[in-house]
Amino acid sequence: MSLFGDAIGWILDGAHWGGPSGIDTRILQHLAVTFAAVGIAAVLAIPLGVLIGHTGRGRLVVVALAGAVRAVPTLGLLTLLGLALGIGIEAPLLALVALGFPSLLAGAYAGVEAADAGAVDAARAVGMSEWQIVTRVEIPLGADVLLGGIRAATLQIVATATLAAYISDTGLGRYLFAGLKSRDYAQMLAGALLVAALALVLDLTLAALQRASRPTQGKVPS
Amino acid sequence: MTWLDLNRSYAVDMLVQHVRLAVPAIAISVLVAVVLGRVAWRWPKVGTAVLGGASLLYSVPALPLLIVIPVVLGIPLRSGLTLIVALAVYGTALLAGTAADAFRSVDPRVREAAEAMGFSSMGLFWKVDLPLAVPVLLSGVRVITVSTVSLVTIGALVGIPSLGNLLTDGFQRGIREEILTGLIGTMLLAIVLDALLVATGAVLTPWRRTAEATG
Repeated sequence: MSLFGDAIGWILDGAHWGGPSGIDTRILQHLAVTFAAVGIAAVLAIPLGVLIGHTGRGRLVVVALAGAVRAVPTLGLLTLLGLALGIGIEAPLLALVALGFPSLLAGAYAGVEAADAGAVDAARAVGMSEWQIVTRVEIPLGADVLLGGIRAATLQIVATATLAAYISDTGLGRYLFAGLKSRDYAQMLAGALLVAALALVLDLTLAALQRASRPTQGKVPS
Repeated sequence: MTWLDLNRSYAVDMLVQHVRLAVPAIAISVLVAVVLGRVAWRWPKVGTAVLGGASLLYSVPALPLLIVIPVVLGIPLRSGLTLIVALAVYGTALLAGTAADAFRSVDPRVREAAEAMGFSSMGLFWKVDLPLAVPVLLSGVRVITVSTVSLVTIGALVGIPSLGNLLTDGFQRGIREEILTGLIGTMLLAIVLDALLVATGAVLTPWRRTAEATG
């Protein structure tokens, strides 16, 4: 168990902070890759999910797609893209976007679809346009589920961003792979603990955001 | 597919290793999750804590978990047991909530009828609750089976052989066919195991077929 002590010591060692491969730089890289992937996936998936949820068309495709993507090993997608695109951040970024896409799509579609049908009918009856119904009724009412999708995708992506270090010089995964290669278990374990802590902090933050988004009684979007 | 022609025995070897890692991990997940789900169903307060802990465990990334487990259990990193434990932790974390839902899905009137007929609590569990929980439970088992089979591949990164080796080896040597073989092989394995689960579910719930046939 003293290995845990060694790993904590490794993290606290001032020599491992600062500079291009310091822990602070690696954490920022890891977060940058994560947010870039979540952002790109969200821009692609959320409008599509909202459209599917609003029109009710293409549901079966979503379910089938989500199932199929779950079966694709991310390492396989990553190595295949890495071979095609070469060493660098492009391949991991693309693989991570693909990884997060189904959760975001499912969250957007389920959130919009779950909006109270009575509220949607009432909105239509008072003369709201379809665009207003989507942006002022369905999205606010489905925000909780939609954020749930963003949270799930972010968690998957921040965890898997570790693999980005297999193909590019990016993120906390570097410590894991460097430690593996040089049989430096303290460094490897330190990397593992840092990724786990980052994932946990991110998940708890998003969980708090999700709670805050729940509509309270009497607070009607104007 | 010249690569596969030349390396058939290696690929088959890795497929066998893959199955040997995935199947025990899935089996352990189901056993532990059913026990936890039963506990959560019987004592909801304990259940909330257990299920909360499970979802927290699920948020620990897989590759780091693979590094931490050998330190906690004192087993070698490159042992297959490390990967089986890591995947079982994941599978259990994902399945425990579904297992609790599965027991909740059993109609209380059926349980009351069984109690009135004199079933013991053990008999009630094995002959009423568990069989009737199968449909919901099975949906969860299918999800973890697919994700477990896919996750086995990351073992290749720390030196635990599986179809994942085709991915890393193919990448390092620049053989696209090898990566594709590993990728498609992993997905096919997931599809085959999923089909087996669906078939097993149909055998375990014969009343569902009767209900469908008679409307």
